[in-house]
Amino acid sequence: MLSSPGSDAVKEPAPPPTQRSPARRGISAPRIGVRHLSLLGVLVALVAVGAITRPEQFLTGDNLQLILTQSSVIGVVTVGVTFVIIGGGIDLSVGAIVALASVWATTVATQEYGLGGMLLCALCVGLGCGLVNGVLIAYGPMVPFIATLAMLASARGLALLISDGKTQVVTVDSVLGLGVSDSYVLGVPPLVLVFATVAVLGWLVLGRTTFGRRTVAVGGNAEASRLAGIAVRRQRLLLYLLSGLCCGIAAFMLIVLTGSGQNTNGNLYELDAIAAAIIGGTLLSGGRGTITGSVLGVLVFTTITNLFALNNLQSDVQQIAKGAIIVAAVLVQKGRKTQ
Amino acid sequence: MTEMPDSRNAPSHDTAAPSGSAADARTSRTSRRRMLFGTAAAGAALLGAGCTSNKSNDAAEAQGQADIADDKPGKKVTIGFAGPQADHGWLNAINEQAKARAKKYEDVTLEATEGSNDNAQQIGQIETLINKKVDVLVVLPSDGKALTQVGLKAMRAGIPVVNLDRVFDSQQAYRCWIGGDNYGMGLNAGRYIGEQLKDKKNAKVVELAGIDNLELTRERTKGFDDALKNYPNIKKVARQAAEFTVESGQSKMAQLLRAEPKFDALWNHDDDQGVGAERAIEQAGRDEFLMVGGAGSRRVMDAIKRDDGVIKATVLYPPTMAASAIDLARALGQGKGIGGLSEFEIPASLTLYSAVVTKENVDEYLPTGFK
Repeated sequence: MLSSPGSDAVKEPAPPPTQRSPARRGISAPRIGVRHLSLLGVLVALVAVGAITRPEQFLTGDNLQLILTQSSVIGVVTVGVTFVIIGGGIDLSVGAIVALASVWATTVATQEYGLGGMLLCALCVGLGCGLVNGVLIAYGPMVPFIATLAMLASARGLALLISDGKTQVVTVDSVLGLGVSDSYVLGVPPLVLVFATVAVLGWLVLGRTTFGRRTVAVGGNAEASRLAGIAVRRQRLLLYLLSGLCCGIAAFMLIVLTGSGQNTNGNLYELDAIAAAIIGGTLLSGGRGTITGSVLGVLVFTTITNLFALNNLQSDVQQIAKGAIIVAAVLVQKGRKTQ
Repeated sequence: MTEMPDSRNAPSHDTAAPSGSAADARTSRTSRRRMLFGTAAAGAALLGAGCTSNKSNDAAEAQGQADIADDKPGKKVTIGFAGPQADHGWLNAINEQAKARAKKYEDVTLEATEGSNDNAQQIGQIETLINKKVDVLVVLPSDGKALTQVGLKAMRAGIPVVNLDRVFDSQQAYRCWIGGDNYGMGLNAGRYIGEQLKDKKNAKVVELAGIDNLELTRERTKGFDDALKNYPNIKKVARQAAEFTVESGQSKMAQLLRAEPKFDALWNHDDDQGVGAERAIEQAGRDEFLMVGGAGSRRVMDAIKRDDGVIKATVLYPPTMAASAIDLARALGQGKGIGGLSEFEIPASLTLYSAVVTKENVDEYLPTGFK
């Protein structure tokens, strides 16, 4: 993927002394099951609760479809954010980028170009914002927190400016059609297929490519990686581009899901995505994390929302439970690490 | 997933004085009017008994009213207007209504600030308007409680304040309050649904609320519940709170549809989040129930008129209140009363009625629907 002098494409550059041993990076397939046992346990417990409290509604194919569909948009964003966090950064601008891309792709002018034009527009806006983030962080003097915070503010502002605060309803039938049951492939909504594809690609890239290994190395110890011959700046730029691209994809998915673009879209996605990655075992300081964990994290949160809605519990209880689960998940992981 | 208070999305309709007190205010106003008429009638009788037949004097006394502000150009008035950031259909409509109404009058100059959802920033904007010495202020605060002090400051500086919708904490901070009735909105939504379902056994109703952190949402829900209590055959089986956004509307509605495989009516608090809710309904392929909206967007009114989907009605939270606020501000600036009331002064508070728009009356309301 990236040419770096003197290292062959498959093998890791000689690990600098300070770097973690490869076994702790959590990128090899056999370890995934063990690593995510606790989160899988939470998910199983939630399913059990659902099966007991609302057996007729919870354990159905339709409900599984609903949970996966509701996970799909935030799931794609989380995959991008997971890469950024593993690479030692943070991206606070994802929600705002989703909002901007969804608004830009649903203006009357863009809608005239049909499905292709709207998709292209969403992807370009996402990549563009990712490029700005990446350049500011990798080649400029800014730390990720500040640069992406600035992007959060300005992308939201631009989204508001373009939409003028109005909900832009999609009138293109081919786009709307992707969100209703006629388009489902063997009962699977296209949105879920996209989510699955992005997740699998993310898993492959992180665990099976030089790009993935470099991401882990840069996040684990940037200076050591640089000395080992990794182009750290370029790696960081690419990570923010990747996150921006995921936001563009998610924005288009959100357009399909809601049949509209609104400047309030993607509200607090940054926190949801970071929370899902963290309970999935990604280290906030970088250098460790898995896509599987993040996907499980997203599924846990969506399943909670689903369970609570099915049992007619209100927002207050939902928020408390989510907070508690974040704390519990992190505590369990810490406990396991010290053993 | 994380649901946090987010003022950006709070569309706004922070609430009015508790409906009870508003109702009290209304009755006391009527009784005062009766008293006034009574006194006038008694006076006329006395005059009659005194054999003085000064007809014109008589009439003036019976009318007992100050000059009424009308369309004719009068004293020039500069109105300062400060509202929250228009990031939502309803708030947008508020700004447009205010500006359009001000333009209608030759004698009104409107000094509108950039909207802001940041309390500190809005305070700064209002202070600038005070320093500019505008004649009257119209303020829709981003947060009523937080902006009370600046309202007081304006009043002390001798600038009458027309408080729009989200009410200040102190009655000293405004000369006149005008706004919507959240409790009444719920009440009327409940009544409409009740009347539609009153002959149905074991009818099930579902509620899709707005942001639960806002008092207005709770008032709407209370009104809705109170209205449904009059119909023992109807039970509210589920309620979820969305966030006034399309995205949250879609998400929460999808869950509600899954939770309740069959129900008879749905009340959605907000037509903007209704875009998402209706999308979820379409995706689930459901149509066995009737849906009532809230706020009154143009899109929903068009759908009611077409009568080809689940949406059958919407309960207004009229953005035209901003136009009325400009009228009140102009009357205040010119020292006049308003038509239709006997008082010399404009009222201290006006609670608007949340009408139910249905297929029968939609044509009348279409022009007020916001985009």
